[in-house]
Parts: sequence; C-alpha cells; structure tokens
Amino acid sequence: MALDKNDVEKIAHLARLQINDSDIVEVAQRISNILGMIDQMQSVDTSAVSAMAHPFDAGQRLRADQTTETNQRDYYQKIAPATQNGLYLVPKVIE
Amino acid sequence: MLSKTVAELSGALTRKEVSARELTQAYLDKIHQLNPALNAYVTITAEQALAQADAADNRRAKGNASPLTGIPIAHKDIFCTRGVLTACGSHMLHNFIAPYDATVVERLEQAGAIMLGKTNMDEFAMGSSNETSWFGPVRNPWDQARVPGGSSGGSAAAVAAGLCAMATGTDTGGSIRQPASFCGLTGLKPTYGRVSRWGMIAFASSLDQAGPLTRSAEDAALMMNAIAGSDLRDSTCLELGFEDFTAKLNQPLAGLRIGLPREHFTKDLNPAVQTILQNAIRTLESLGASFKEVSLPNNYLSVPAYYVIAPAEASANLSRFDGVRFGYRCENPDNLEDLYKRSRGEGFGDEVKRRIMVGTYALSAGYYDAYYIKAQKIRRLIKQDFDLAFNDVDLILGPTSPHTAFKLGEKVSDPVTMYLEDIYTIAVNLAGLPGMSLPAGMLNGLPIGMQLVGPSLSESRLLNVAHQFQMNTDWHSQRPEV
Amino acid sequence: MSWETVIGLEVHVQLATKSKLFSGSATEFGAAPNTQASIYDLALPGTLPVMNEEVLRMAVSFGLAVDAEIGKRSVFDRKNYFYPDLPKGYQITQLEFPTVGRGSLKIQLEDGSDKVIGITRAHIEEDAGKSLHEDFQGMSGIDLNRAGTPLLEIVSDPDLRNAKEAVAYLKKLHSIILYLGISDGNMSQGSMRCDANVSVRKKGATEFGTRTEIKNVNSFRFVEKAINYEVQRQIELIEDGGRVVQETRLYDSDKDETRSMRSKEVANDYRYFPEPDLLPVIIDDEYIAAVRATLPELPGARCLRFVSQYSLSEYDADVLTSSRNMADYFEEVARLCGDAKLSANWVTADLLGLLNKNDLDITSSPIKPSQLGTMISRIKDNTISGKLAKTVFEALAEGESDVDQIIEARGLKQVTDTGAIEKLVDDVIAGNPDQVAQYRAGKDAVFGFFVGQAMKISKGKANPAQLNELLRNKLKAE
Repeated sequence: MALDKNDVEKIAHLARLQINDSDIVEVAQRISNILGMIDQMQSVDTSAVSAMAHPFDAGQRLRADQTTETNQRDYYQKIAPATQNGLYLVPKVIE
Repeated sequence: MLSKTVAELSGALTRKEVSARELTQAYLDKIHQLNPALNAYVTITAEQALAQADAADNRRAKGNASPLTGIPIAHKDIFCTRGVLTACGSHMLHNFIAPYDATVVERLEQAGAIMLGKTNMDEFAMGSSNETSWFGPVRNPWDQARVPGGSSGGSAAAVAAGLCAMATGTDTGGSIRQPASFCGLTGLKPTYGRVSRWGMIAFASSLDQAGPLTRSAEDAALMMNAIAGSDLRDSTCLELGFEDFTAKLNQPLAGLRIGLPREHFTKDLNPAVQTILQNAIRTLESLGASFKEVSLPNNYLSVPAYYVIAPAEASANLSRFDGVRFGYRCENPDNLEDLYKRSRGEGFGDEVKRRIMVGTYALSAGYYDAYYIKAQKIRRLIKQDFDLAFNDVDLILGPTSPHTAFKLGEKVSDPVTMYLEDIYTIAVNLAGLPGMSLPAGMLNGLPIGMQLVGPSLSESRLLNVAHQFQMNTDWHSQRPEV
Repeated sequence: MSWETVIGLEVHVQLATKSKLFSGSATEFGAAPNTQASIYDLALPGTLPVMNEEVLRMAVSFGLAVDAEIGKRSVFDRKNYFYPDLPKGYQITQLEFPTVGRGSLKIQLEDGSDKVIGITRAHIEEDAGKSLHEDFQGMSGIDLNRAGTPLLEIVSDPDLRNAKEAVAYLKKLHSIILYLGISDGNMSQGSMRCDANVSVRKKGATEFGTRTEIKNVNSFRFVEKAINYEVQRQIELIEDGGRVVQETRLYDSDKDETRSMRSKEVANDYRYFPEPDLLPVIIDDEYIAAVRATLPELPGARCLRFVSQYSLSEYDADVLTSSRNMADYFEEVARLCGDAKLSANWVTADLLGLLNKNDLDITSSPIKPSQLGTMISRIKDNTISGKLAKTVFEALAEGESDVDQIIEARGLKQVTDTGAIEKLVDDVIAGNPDQVAQYRAGKDAVFGFFVGQAMKISKGKANPAQLNELLRNKLKAE
C-alpha cells in the first residue's frame, strides 16, 4: 500500500502532527515501505481465526466504589504549561 | 567491586565488607567518569542516592534488610519517578517531573535498592538501537562505535559498564532481550501481567512488560522477587501470590526438554551465531537437557503483525501528549489546532511520529479490518504455534538477535531493516510469554545472547536453566574494558 | 404535503457513584476546578484505568429495568479524538459489546394509548471535562473534575414520531433512573443530557430522511422546543428545494433555534479499537440474579399494585407512580390516614395543583406527607369536613405546620353534637316555610337549599352526614 501526499496529510491531521511540506514526500515513502512490509500479512488466510486483542483470556477485576483521591491540584499543576485560577489554559475553544 | 553481581554485592554488604554508601559513591564516581562518553544516564540522582544509601545501611544494621537493600540500581527513564525528571527519551517530556512513582520503582525502593538515576532509551521505547533518543545515542561499552541495542539501551550499557549493579528495562518487542544480547547481559521479559505497568509510560499496552537487566540469572531472580506480583492499580496485572524466583535456580536440568524452532535455525542465520548456539546446546545437553525440533510456522508474520498492533495502540497512548497539562508546549500557538499540531510535531521525534501515523492509518475507517483485525488474527496464530510447541517441550531456545551489536548509524536510516532486527523476539510479546536473553558466546570481541522462551508463568524455570548454564560457562562473567 | 418526523434519542446519564468510572476521584458537582482530577483523570503518562464495580451494577440494573439483554461479556473500546476536555485523547466507551443490549420502554401517549419504544443499547463510558470560555486573555480554561465520571449512554431506536413522544420517553426514562437510584437525573446540572437525532420524511415513505443531531438539550421543555424547531426547519428547507445536511446542531434556548456546530470536525474518524488497558467485563447469571434481587419496585409494577391494592383508577395510579418520590409520598400519606382513595384524591388534585402552580417538585413540597396524612385523618374522624379541610390545606401550604392547631385557631372543628345540629335544622325549617312547602309538595331539589342554609349558619362546620339525616327526618316528619 503506497501512500501519497494527501494520505499523509489526512493521517497527520487525524493524529494532530505537524509535518513540514518539505518532508511529506519522504514521510510518505517511509510509511509506504513500512506498510509494504506489513502487507505480508495479507497472504495468509485468517478467515477461520478469531482476533486476539489481549495476551490472556480473563475477566476484568473491579474495584469498590470508594473515593481514594484527595485534592492535589497545586502539586499536579506545577508541571502544567499554562494555568489560571486552577484551570488549564488552551487557545480559545470554539463550539 | 563495581562489576560484581547483585548476589555478590549483597553478600559483601551483609558481611560488612562494604557499606551501601561506599558502594553508591563508587558507582556515582564511575558514572561521572564514564557517562559523558557512554550517555547511558540522562539523569543522575546523586544526592537522593546517597540518602537512600544511608537509609539502607541503617536498615542493614537493624537486621531487616532484603537481598536488594543497598544495591544501586538504574531505572529506565520510562518509569515515573516522583520528583525526578521522567523524559522517556523525548523532547515531549523534557520537563516532566513525574508527580508519582511507578509500581516497579516503588517496590524496588521498598526492597532497599538505591536509585542512581534514570537511563537513556529510544524515544517512547520505539527503537532497537537507542538512536531515537532526544538525548542522543547511547554507546555500547564493548565498542563505543556500536549501539547498545534498544530500547532499553541506557540500562543495558549502564549495567555492562559497571555504572550500576542492575537496571530496569521494558520490553514491548525485544527491548530488554536485544540490548542484553548486545551488551552481554541477562535480560528477562516476564509473562504479560506478571509485573505491574502502573507508572510505566505506555508504548503498546497489550505488549509492554517491565523486567530486569542484570549480570546473571540469579540477579534477575532477585529483582523479580521485588518487582513481580499483583497490583490493584493495573487491571491487566495478574493476581498471583508471592513467588520466590530464586527457589528453583539450583534444580537439576535432567529431563528438561528444549525445543529448537526449525524456522530460526536456517541458512539465513549467521553461521557464527549458529555455532555459538550449538555450543550452548551441547552444554545444556551435558547438564541433562534433551533437544527436539519444533515449528513456529507463523513467526515470520510476527514483525508485520507487531508493526500494526504496537503502532495502533501507541497512536492512542501518545494522544495524551498534547501540550495542555504537562510536557512540551509549542511557542505562541495561533489556535487550538496549532497548539496540538506543533506541540506534537515539535515534541515527538521522527520515529515516534512515523509509528503514530502507521497506527493511525491502521485504525482509520476502511483499513481497520485489513490491518488491525488481520494483525490480531495473526497474533492468535502466533500464540497457537507456541501452545502447540509447548505440548512437546518445556521451553524453546534460539537466537535473540541475528547478529552482534551493529554500528551507530548503520541502520537508522531504514526503518524496515531496523524493525527486522526483532524478528526473534517480537513473537514472544505478541503471545504474552516470558522470554529471556543470556550471554552465549563472543564474536569478534562482542557478546551475543541466546533466547529462552517458556510457557506462561514459567519464569522460574527459565531462570533455573539460565542459572545452571551460567554455573557451567563464563560468558556472563565477561566484562568490557571501558 | 404531509410529513412524518423520525426521532431517536441518545441520553447520557451520569451515574451516581461516589468515585469515578476508572479512578478513585470524587464525583461531586460544583467543586472548585480540577480539585477532583487525579493523575489518571489528568491522563498523566503511566496511569491506568481500574473499573468501579458500582458502575457495572447500576448499568445492569438499568438493563433489567427496561427488559434488556445483559451483555455477559462487555468490552471497552477507545474512541479517539482530540479535544481539550478529553485528556487522554480518547474516550473509553463500549462499541461492539455494550453492557446493556436491546430492551424497550412503554410510554403513554396523550390520547391515553401506550407505545413501546425500542432501546437499541446502553453502554458505559467516561464523561469529558468542561471548557470554560470566560475570558482568560482570549484563552479557554479547562476543568477536568467531570472527566471520567461514569456515564450510561442510552440509545433509543428511531421510534419516536414527534416532540411530545420524545418528551414522554425522556420523562419515563428519567422516572426509571430515579426509581433505580442510579442517577440524580438533574438535567440542569447535566446529570442527564439528551442528544436528539431528528429527520423528516414524506408520510408513507420507508426510507429515513437525512438526520441532524441536536446536542446537549438540558430540559424536557427544551427537548420539545428544539425538536419542534428542527422539524420545522427541515421541512421548510426541503419544501424550499433544499437538502438537509447530516450535521451536529446546537440548541440555543435563548433564541429558540438550532444552529450548526461547524467547529466540530466534519468527518470524524474515531478509530475505535479494544481498550488494551482493560480486560472484558465478564458476568454470569448469578450476578444478574443478584442485581435483579436488589431492584426496587419499578413504575409499571407499582402502578398495577396501586390499582389492585388501593383500588385506585388506572389514571390516578399512573399519575402517582410517575416518579418514585411521588409514589413514596402518596404511600406515606395513605399509611398515616388509612384511606388510600382519599389520599389519592388529595395528592393528585390539591397537592399536584399546588406544586404545579409554584413550579415545585414533590421533594420540595411545602406540605409534608405527615401533615397531609394528619389532615386526612381529621376528615376521617369527623373533626373537620372535607370542605373545611381545604382551609387547613391552604394554611399548610402557607407554611403553618400543625394541623390540629390550624383547626383549633380557625375554629374549623365540625359540629357533631346532635342537639346543636337539631336546633340548627329546626331554625332553618322555621325560617323558610315557603321552601318547606315546596319540598313537601315533592320538589326534592329544594333539599340542597336547606343544607346550604344550615351550613351558612354553622359556617360550614355542621357535620354534613348528620345534618342531612336530621333535615330529611324533620322535613318528612311533619
């Protein structure tokens, strides 16, 4: 599967990655090579095989409904790029 | 002293031949001397280490020490460490002072191990040579023109060069075992779910496991005693009682059945590596093991399947790095979109971005079935191959890596070639099995490892075989001259 | 041209757990920003989700209440998109294997008939945080207190045919949720939020028209208005030769209109895949039976019981069971006074009238069940007449608290002394000879006149039964 410039731009947008225009051709080439390697999978018939999402088949363990966390806002916000009045700041969100 | 095993150092501390403080200071001195060349550590926590060393000496004096009390350790920089930079090899986290400790870190601290610092790694553990790190490449102590392997390259180099007694690593597709092979160490990737992933920055959640990088199987067993075990903070961590991984180290190997995968011993395997493996097989035979050919017919599909599953999971795992709550944020974003795109575009390196894009693509509308579901089905086939093989044998032996450590820059320009480096290790992660690499020989002055793979939860058996091998060989005792 | 409206609702219900879906953070409403956001809620690297068992129990109990199939193996998935109120960059939800599968809900239409609305599914997922748009030098502020609060998203089939049906469905859902106690259902605080998928098609058409999704409508009234606006908009658009565009629209209650949310990504590609940090949730019949055993009596069953146990009309029983609190209120009054029928009359007529007039909920009723119960008891034991009870009721509504004091202070006590009533009757007969003659001549209707006169003189306090009897006897006797 070879990707073109449009494909890369679309994926980069979905993944919110800025890719410089000058790099797009090379990125497309490299990802295409990787997809080429991946495409080896397509030669195998897996119609009778069930997908395996996890290494082991087990059910989820659940926790009791208890509040275990305390307010540590100031500590957690020390590493934040921008905060004000306890809020994380981002460029205006338009709805 | 600094290149002794953990077991030996623990004995020396018990006999008071050395104090934890002396040992810690000696390692710190050596780090200051060698790290500028090797670049194994990205953060050195000298002050904290000396304080921990004093506490360890106190604890030993009081007589309530564990075997790891006072043993200096290095943590891969993928583990969150409270109050200490946790950068994960990335510009994205160059300023991330983690506000909490990973379970692995917490447990080793409870055992009394002394954290010397955080080790370099491929960015977000994506790499097989430690060349994708934002902090620059790590050099192999055996030959500084060569890579130490990856992604736990800094940890491997630090242990090999005597810059710590043991180190933590993580292994998503071979990131403990391949650097262990390249640096002449014993490295264990436990069964998926054996060790808690809490606080370990996720690359591919269904594949990641933490494990030890040490100078011997016995040391690995000692570390496993500290880090393994259930953790309510990780839903995928198995609920198992305490297991003493040192208990079976001395069990004789008589009756042990070892499988040799036909697909790994072909003419494609480097003849010199082949010879080294044959010698190891003879040693194990002399200890009572028997050998048998087994087949892993779908192993060749492990790299393609992995390069769908791991990037797919990573593409979501790495979405949280958005410049809002922590980590790198671009300068003066024009708008929200710009904040996301530039923070992530500038914060992530090329390999990380590549994998995010491959994963995003594999999950996107129209491609999900052809890529993601297909890969999950192949994952099942790979797991079934192992299940079938373990009907006949107790464990499987083969190469860890196709060759010894390669030169810096040799493969970095071609991702696909780099990916194929992990052809022998990746299937083990896909199947969630325990696998380890231990030194099996030397080739042109460079160490090379062999890989042992066992069924689920067979770590004690793997460590037993490795320990018996090490009792009868001295490959693991070889040290580089740095 | 005649049009048919097709509506499906997606209702997000915040489950009333103490802690969040996947973390131990508190879920209280109104806390200072980001004080209920743990390292997991903030999506700090290395943190992992651990599921709250209470969420599962609540979801299963909802499923049982709407006769749904319960997923014995439910699987969490990641839904990927970037938004500042979504810290992980993905929402953990259930796509293919939800905890609650197909079920149904019966609603009552205005003409009194029933209609069964299909429930497609209900799945568990994480709520997002909030973006605040007050001015921070042109920036938005992000509060993640709500991020990770458990939601049950209940998806209906496109079975609703007008805004009134949609509201009836929503009210019924609201009632069930409160009955189950799985949410406070507070729409103004966002504990229950509704997205409406609306389309129109020509009457008789079998294909659905293009639908729009109206987001986050936060009251029953607005749901009705938003749907009506949107239906009208779509019909006018098509009749003017235009086409409905599939899009997300926001209802603006100030302007009473919906408008396109152009900022939301045009073609979302959510790249769902199974959440690798969680294993499937496996439950067995035993678990389901245990949850079933704890279910409270639901509105349908309670309504039937009210009809059979208290001999109420179906209409009254339905009104009284429309909310759990209302039904509880009624049963408490009935228990205290021992007369269910009378209690039902007072609650459905006088009390509901009072509440509606003041736009109050039953839980904030100024008259407590104990007060109303005592008051009805006083009617029963002939202390007051049903008519004068209205005076007591009004006094209670005004905030007076003691029924007996009200009766005492206002002198509302009924006259039951036979002698006194006899004298009253004699006076009325003596004072109105013309009417007496008419009555005796066979004009029975005049009887009411004598009752009215006697009541007037006694200021309404004469016991009506005694009065009637004595009047009849005396009028006959002569």
